[in-house]
Amino acid sequence: MSKYTLNVNGQARSVDVASDTPLLWVLRDSLELAGTKFGCGVGKCGACTVHLTGVPTRSCMTSVSTVGRKQVVTIEGLSTDGSHPLQKAWCELDVAQCGYCQAGQIMTAAALLKETPKPTDQDIDDAMDGNLCRCATYLRIRAGIKLAAEISATAATAPGGKPLVTTKGGQQ
Amino acid sequence: MSLPTLSGPIDRRNFLRFSALGGGALVLGFYLKSGASGAAAEVVNASAGATEFSPNAFIRIAANGTVTLMSKQPEIGQGIKTSLPMIIAEELDVNWKDVVVQQADLNQQLYGNQSAGGSTSTPNNYDNFHKLGATAHAMLVEAAAQTWGVPAGECSTEGGAVLHRGSSKSLKYGELVAKAATLPVPASAPLKNPKDYKLLGTRVGGVDNPKIVTGQPLFGIDTKLPGMLYAVYEKCPVFGGKVVSANLDQVKALPGVKDAFVLEGTTNTAGLSPGVAIVADSTWAAFSARKQLKVTWDEGKFANDSWDAFSAKAKELSAQPGHTQVHKDGDVDTALAGAAQTITAEYSYPFISHLSIEPQNCTAHFKDGKMEIWAPSQSPAGGNGMITQLLGIPAANITVHMMRAGGGFGRRLTSDFIIEAAAIAQKVPAPVKLTWSREDDLHHDQFRAGGFHFLKGGIDANGKIVGWKNHFVTFGSMRPGRDGAAPSVQTGSGGALQKDQFPAMFLDNYFAEQSVMECNIPMGPWRAPGNNVFSFVMQSFIDELAHAAGRDPLEVRLELLSQKKSGNYDAARMLGVTKLVAEKAGWNPKRFAKGQGQGIAFHFSHQGFIAMVAEVTVSKEGQLKVDRVVAACDVGAQIVNLSGAENQVEGSIVDGLGTMMFQELNIERGRIVQNNMTEYPMIRITDAPTKIEVHFLRTNNKTTGLGEPALPPVAPAIGNAIFAATGKRVRQFPISRTDLRWS
Repeated sequence: MSKYTLNVNGQARSVDVASDTPLLWVLRDSLELAGTKFGCGVGKCGACTVHLTGVPTRSCMTSVSTVGRKQVVTIEGLSTDGSHPLQKAWCELDVAQCGYCQAGQIMTAAALLKETPKPTDQDIDDAMDGNLCRCATYLRIRAGIKLAAEISATAATAPGGKPLVTTKGGQQ
Repeated sequence: MSLPTLSGPIDRRNFLRFSALGGGALVLGFYLKSGASGAAAEVVNASAGATEFSPNAFIRIAANGTVTLMSKQPEIGQGIKTSLPMIIAEELDVNWKDVVVQQADLNQQLYGNQSAGGSTSTPNNYDNFHKLGATAHAMLVEAAAQTWGVPAGECSTEGGAVLHRGSSKSLKYGELVAKAATLPVPASAPLKNPKDYKLLGTRVGGVDNPKIVTGQPLFGIDTKLPGMLYAVYEKCPVFGGKVVSANLDQVKALPGVKDAFVLEGTTNTAGLSPGVAIVADSTWAAFSARKQLKVTWDEGKFANDSWDAFSAKAKELSAQPGHTQVHKDGDVDTALAGAAQTITAEYSYPFISHLSIEPQNCTAHFKDGKMEIWAPSQSPAGGNGMITQLLGIPAANITVHMMRAGGGFGRRLTSDFIIEAAAIAQKVPAPVKLTWSREDDLHHDQFRAGGFHFLKGGIDANGKIVGWKNHFVTFGSMRPGRDGAAPSVQTGSGGALQKDQFPAMFLDNYFAEQSVMECNIPMGPWRAPGNNVFSFVMQSFIDELAHAAGRDPLEVRLELLSQKKSGNYDAARMLGVTKLVAEKAGWNPKRFAKGQGQGIAFHFSHQGFIAMVAEVTVSKEGQLKVDRVVAACDVGAQIVNLSGAENQVEGSIVDGLGTMMFQELNIERGRIVQNNMTEYPMIRITDAPTKIEVHFLRTNNKTTGLGEPALPPVAPAIGNAIFAATGKRVRQFPISRTDLRWS
């Protein structure tokens, strides 16, 4: 076991884990940040995507010992209150079905929008191809990214598409 | 016009009971909740008595106006946690923004059936949920009427308040709960006229969306309990294999490992598979220790099974009479002998995995003879039953918390991961979470069975189909007989051809027979079992016959649907969606240049009638791009949540395409060859269709579900479009087995 102090969502977090522990399991088991998901363990599904100094990274393939002082941002740290344009767009367009992969989708999309504020369909497909959605909500993911780009551009909250009724939210 | 009314048996002890369509019972009761949080009108478990607080209720209205609705069904991505509560909210006439939906635990005495399979959650609960909402609504109206001393008929409701016509009086539901709770439950309550619906049929976002997009713990795998340990479970790669020995002492000495032990398991693959459990203080410690685990297996008699051998065997069987006759009309051999033209074709598809994106997992805590379970299950009662049967824990001592599941597709109707976690927990003095690796998930799925169809069809001089013959070769495994009958080889889920599978009963001369190859591969329901492949075979072969006759594939389908001979297939509903999809898609296959094409298919399953038109582009190099899919769906009179319904159809279309394009498991030496997603590709955003259009044809029929019925027609619509574009016929899954290059 080894001690590491990580910078996660802007906070210093100390853990004592085996040095080859993937960042994914440090987040999930040690830091109780369960939003980052386990899907395949081999970097092929993208459910575990986090940002390492802004770069979308597969946390299941990233040993804790290699993280160092890099800033780790997880879905829990994307915004403090669910107000990131992608989070708003995802709710507005009801993108999710089971929802399990969507944190990873949003993290990858957030990096795309930072680089390419007005992505084309081709830009979106190229950036998002590593993120599997087993429920196959890909058309809504495309639409969600475009709506988020629109929200960012206009800083307006008006929906670009179909109006949705929203709830206070579910409880497990 | 009089409104439809509720009628049901009454119990004057302040509750009433409805028979649930799906078995079991729904119990509705109103009761006065006292205490710090104030009065609440509440639906409670009747058996718990009328004075005891019960969180197990469908409706709870707090004095502050918050309406809590219980979701009783497993949520696996089909959106039921949003749609069923919407029905209550509609009848109750409350603002959806004031509603909080809470996931119920397993309690079938209280909630009725709680299994999510067969697209039945909507049809089996739809009517009862209207009644639940309407009854509570009537009592709130009565409470206001009594408060004001006016007839209830002078009162109306809006947005969670009762209004008095003719005066400006109004009372919010929260202000009425104390009074309402003292009222007798009415014998009947008027249901809303569907034309007055404000919520049903609109697009409503999933109730868990805010948690999903912010990464809050929600899924089974997110369960974390104080002192919890983490387990993995290694099973024999050959199905049914047993543990001979394992290096347990070595594994127990590894960092973080708390225990390691063998579970003997059962001899039948539908029980508890034998294996080795490792329990550690973190998921990674358990995963790491597993790499050092060495097990000697007794692989049993199926260790030489292979897909190649099954394929050869299927071919051999096809030349012999089938084991059983599925259905026969007329004299197909004579009809084919006299046909102007006959076509023969072999269709096949491999075993595939569900690959739900959340790996199987279950948290279990065994303490003082009681078992507590947290499971992402489609059939929590099934897991419960196995725990009783195999571990000897009475049902009364088992609690099951139903966790949101990261995909189902039928996989989680089987409770293997639950019984494994429970069996491990029984030996561990702490809560324990079992997590399957993706490799476990691929190697030990309850697979969609492969199959082979040997078809012959004939057309007459007018291009009419005159004969259809199908020898279906499928898979079965040895299973206990029902009611104590001797074990026999039985087909896997969806692995038996139904006697009324279209176009059976629409032709004068039809013959279908079936042969079964024995294996020990676990086979379970996969989204629209059977239908997901039969539709591909039948709707593709109809297309082959239409093209051989030089006829329009739509025209041939309309002709077939208009000549029903017998059976219960509702041809009129299928004609409805077929005509609608042709109109919406602008059916005109002749307008496409070579390399582009339009294809049509329809299918009935799970009470839904769905027709689709696909438009594709295939490059000269054989690269497929699906440009557009148009769907027309008849799932009855009412769409509950339009957003959810559209999402299911969109997802089914992309899933159907992905299954056709990519999914394939190989079997060698009795085991699955593929290990992880590197070897088992699934559809990505790049291959998703450019455009999907979904149309609902509302008909005066029962409102039914959409988790499954939109998947089966996808593959044949696309396959038929590929043929139109290239002249290449797709007769096998995955598509890569067919050379689509053209010049």
